[in-house]
Amino acid sequence: MNVRLYVWQRLTAALMVPLVLVHVAVIFYATRQGMTAADILARTRGSIVWASLYGIFVAAAAVHASIGVHNVLTEWSPLRDRSAGIFATVFGTSLLLLGLRAVAAVVLS
Amino acid sequence: MTARRLSHRKSVLWMAALVHRLSGLALAIFLPLHFLTLGLAIHGEARLEGFLRWSDQPLVKLAESGLVFLLMVHMLGGLRLLVIENLDWRDGQKQLATIAAGISAVVALILLARMF
Repeated sequence: MNVRLYVWQRLTAALMVPLVLVHVAVIFYATRQGMTAADILARTRGSIVWASLYGIFVAAAAVHASIGVHNVLTEWSPLRDRSAGIFATVFGTSLLLLGLRAVAAVVLS
Repeated sequence: MTARRLSHRKSVLWMAALVHRLSGLALAIFLPLHFLTLGLAIHGEARLEGFLRWSDQPLVKLAESGLVFLLMVHMLGGLRLLVIENLDWRDGQKQLATIAAGISAVVALILLARMF
């Protein structure tokens, strides 16, 4: 892993520590009496706070996961660095787009 | 490989590294599915509600608590690495790695108990 990827992976990891704690707390809160779509959407619809929080979370997770996938592929698969990089970039971009679509779905729908 | 060359694999910290990698891989596989599920809300509340009612099955709840374990163990394992890399060395890394796994298991089990 080159220094640039190493730094991005560590920065996104540090950024996600509080976000994961908030997310787990939300999971506990949401499952207190069964989880319904109405409950979820009542919290998230039109909320700039949730959109920002989860938008940042999605972006950080996409960068972090794609670097992790790149590392796993170069170390555990026969793929060369360039091929692993292309796969990881496509994976990270897809994750980012799907994640932002999910955030838009629960905030704007 | 000889037994001697594999002996490091009995180390708690080698196990912690393996758990960190495998949990990250599992989360990377799960995330697209998670995002697609939440994206169901684009087609209306009923589509998301339909999926959530499907997820009431005991096995799905078990899987959800397993995912929370993976998320927690990956986060706490990563936090231990960040501390090692950026702060002064502290002894007791094996104990810290074990505590991280223990906390993750407790959080996942509490969630599982709440869901049933």
